[in-house]
Amino acid sequence: MARFAAKHCAFLLLTLSVVSFLVFALNEFSPGAVARKELGAYATQEQVELLTRQLGLDRPLLVRYADYVGKVARGDLGYSARFKAPVTGVIWKHLRNTGLLAALAFACIVPFSMLLGIAAGMRESSRLDRAILIFSTVMASIPEFALGVFLASVFVVWLGWLPGTATLVAGGGWSVGAQLVLPVAVVVLFDSGYVISMIRASMVEVMQRPYIRTAVLKGLPFRAVILRHAVRNAMITPITVILLQINYLVAGVVVVETVFAYPGFGRMMLEAALFKDIALVEAGALVAVSLAVVTNILGDAAYMLLDPRIRA
Amino acid sequence: MTDALLELQDVAITYATRGGEVEAIRRLSLRLEPDEALGLVGESGCGKSTVALSIVRYLGRTGRIARGRILFEGRDLATVGDAELRALRGRRIAMVYQDPMASLNPVMTVGRQLMEVPMIHDGAGADAARRRALAMLGEVKLSDPEAVMDRYPHQLSGGQQQRIVIAMALIAEPALLIMDEPTTGLDVTVEAAVLDLVRELRRRHRSAIVFISHNLGTVARVCDRIGVMYRGELVEDGPVRRIFSDPRHPYTRGLLDCLPTLGRDKRHAPLVPIPGHLESSSSRPSGCGFAARCVHVEPARCTVGPIPLAPIDGDAGHRAACVRAAELPVWSRRRAEAPAAGAAVASTALVATEHLGKLYRPRRGLFGRRRPGVRALSDVDLAAGRRQTLAIVGESGCGKSTLAKVLAGIEVASEGRVSLDGVEIGGLGIDARDRRLKRKLQMVFQNPDSTLNPSHTVGYAIGRALRRLRGGAPADAAAGVARLLEVVKLSPAMAGRRPRQLSGGEKQRVAIARALAGDPDVIVADEPVSALDVSVQAAIVNLLAELQAARGTTLIFISHDLAVVRYLADHVAVMYLGAVAEFGPVERVFAPPWHPYTEALLSAVPVPDPDAVGGRIVLEGAVPRATERPRGCPFATRCPRKVGAVCDDTPPPVQRLADGHRLVCHIPAAELQRLQRMIAGP
Repeated sequence: MARFAAKHCAFLLLTLSVVSFLVFALNEFSPGAVARKELGAYATQEQVELLTRQLGLDRPLLVRYADYVGKVARGDLGYSARFKAPVTGVIWKHLRNTGLLAALAFACIVPFSMLLGIAAGMRESSRLDRAILIFSTVMASIPEFALGVFLASVFVVWLGWLPGTATLVAGGGWSVGAQLVLPVAVVVLFDSGYVISMIRASMVEVMQRPYIRTAVLKGLPFRAVILRHAVRNAMITPITVILLQINYLVAGVVVVETVFAYPGFGRMMLEAALFKDIALVEAGALVAVSLAVVTNILGDAAYMLLDPRIRA
Repeated sequence: MTDALLELQDVAITYATRGGEVEAIRRLSLRLEPDEALGLVGESGCGKSTVALSIVRYLGRTGRIARGRILFEGRDLATVGDAELRALRGRRIAMVYQDPMASLNPVMTVGRQLMEVPMIHDGAGADAARRRALAMLGEVKLSDPEAVMDRYPHQLSGGQQQRIVIAMALIAEPALLIMDEPTTGLDVTVEAAVLDLVRELRRRHRSAIVFISHNLGTVARVCDRIGVMYRGELVEDGPVRRIFSDPRHPYTRGLLDCLPTLGRDKRHAPLVPIPGHLESSSSRPSGCGFAARCVHVEPARCTVGPIPLAPIDGDAGHRAACVRAAELPVWSRRRAEAPAAGAAVASTALVATEHLGKLYRPRRGLFGRRRPGVRALSDVDLAAGRRQTLAIVGESGCGKSTLAKVLAGIEVASEGRVSLDGVEIGGLGIDARDRRLKRKLQMVFQNPDSTLNPSHTVGYAIGRALRRLRGGAPADAAAGVARLLEVVKLSPAMAGRRPRQLSGGEKQRVAIARALAGDPDVIVADEPVSALDVSVQAAIVNLLAELQAARGTTLIFISHDLAVVRYLADHVAVMYLGAVAEFGPVERVFAPPWHPYTEALLSAVPVPDPDAVGGRIVLEGAVPRATERPRGCPFATRCPRKVGAVCDDTPPPVQRLADGHRLVCHIPAAELQRLQRMIAGP
């Protein structure tokens, strides 16, 4: 276990250094570009060169990268030009908001998808299976914004039950809880469609395995066959994919955040990129990559937990 | 007559397919008395597994019992309710399956899987269930049951896994045990031990057994009665001795005629394959299903109407479904005239290995520690001359396939030399061999399904081999393909087919034709017939022998089946843990003095003769891991003739006997001969 942890931590550090260097290099490769981005299109060439010198941007790339890494290691991520605040605080605030959305969504996606995926896969091409299959395919194929707009027009415009925006500011008579319902619902429906079909496919395959026949012919009731013998085996393949959904939930829900004006991490990254807020983009990329590596490690660990064959 | 335990009355079973209902079992009746063992034999597709699964009513969503009754202890299994069926399954009727690894849940300890049975059927508590599981593990002779309980299936060997499955079946003391090919895929020594165990447990538990197998030898060892199935019907049944001594149905006779045994070889008693092949059950003629392939057929009588299973006069309990059953000549094992091929003359070696060794060094991971290498071959000295067959036998893991890979250039040797027609090839991977060398040596693999690309036609596959190995214009290729197909006795029209349209035997013929494309001097065949039915196996084995006689090809034949080896080989090498234990001309290796390992292998071969006796040796324990090679004799840990510490500590000497016969053992050959004479009999 210690070796597993050490190996994966080393891998995390390696990935982080490669990604941070790439992002850094892409953003700052040409010395003039950073100052130009900072000062905008109407600054004169002299102003650009002055700032370049002031920021030390005329030094070689590797020197500046080393400088940057040193700052990051001390916890200094720079100053956000877009939000006019230290990057650390900006990221932390948006990450917390997104964390709330992601945690709620993930807590719904996993049981919901497992329930439907297993129910569908345990009797292939039964009526229940076909119904669930149609549902999940439809959900996975409707784009998020269409689903968001559709749910908003029903529950906000037509029924008036829920607010159309989720700014997380308890104003306008809507509680934060009510504001969260629609974004979470859209993310859950969209993402479950995909996860359900993964679990269903794995379950269908497991149900054809000889050990399921062994369990049935032992005289076990169908329920026990499913719960004791099928489910754990059926979760081995999808578990890594399920954990990878965390990445999507944190860094990929840009569309839903935009539709509902949700102040989350994805939208922050989009704005930072559009605004050429280099410090924020670089820091955001580091956070997203760390998260991706950590979920990968979690996926490996869960995989080992479920399948004794790879524990050795 | 007492009440039968199990009775099938006119049962028909159909499967719904896209093309409509297909009859898998046409009309089948059989009876099984309490504590009787019935063997069901037949080739793949004959419906024997369907019969087994219908008894536990597990036919999938598409299968159904279309007609007839399946009575178990007086109740009709076709109509009992679900709850009642569950109470019977596992409690009164238990099953043992072909592939034990796949039949056990990989993520559950075997202990829990065993305990489940008493817990669901007898409402036993966890402690009581555990005690019963432990007792049962002792009965199936697994050492250290406590430790085994906490293992996962993948931590056990194939033989241990099958013992677990057997323990799981017997733990509830069922009245009926169904065994579906329980030893297929196990090594011959493991198979012998499992069959012995089944015989012993049967006496103790008094369960009736339905034993399904394609192997007449294993059935003979376990069963009282045999039913022979062909195309969804029972064509003959009777007491096991009667079936083997006086088979009445031409199909049964055909099966026995094409079965290689330890006493047959290609020069003295050629195998006689059954002509034609099993047709699909949809195009079933009226009358006898076997008529199209039968040498005794009389169309006027055989194909006009259904032929019932009729008792044979003066032979109680023996029935055959053949109108000519009473008039067929007396059967004796066929000994056809020897083919013209001359006896193997010792010639200079075409392929030879000297001190060949292969060490697999595990790759070091980024952060991994270095693990010790695995020695797959050590100090292998073998030679095969032109027009000769060198067979390599041994249990799985003995290094026989590694040897084939080194010869073919898939792996390169780490020590020693390999010469092919005077050229050193041990260090040459396949990419380092030029076209001339590649042409000289070609390979045929075990499973033709996975070696033929499903999206290419037969003609393309063979044509490509022709172009790669011979060069030449594509226009010549078509003629070349047709010629090669003819050589392997397939119609040239097959060139347009794809692998899925071919039977297993046809696919293996295509694979052989492809190997012949370069007109090789040497063909390395790695278990080429182990995946085939016996009648098909006989035809392929004969084909290989004929090709060899006609073309002078050297054949390196790798097999775990000693009977096939005895039949086909001129020289035999018996391998154990990567080393050669015994090598020599086939008659010498198969006669005393044997290496103790050869002796054990030979005595483990299931003989299709219920009266076969002899001092049988059952090997205990498993082959040591290649990483834990014993210091002395590799076989010392399992050897029944071990003489003492010298076996553990000192590598045994090579004893050279007459005719190039070599034996690697501490016991002097003369002493081995004396010991083995006593049990070998005539």
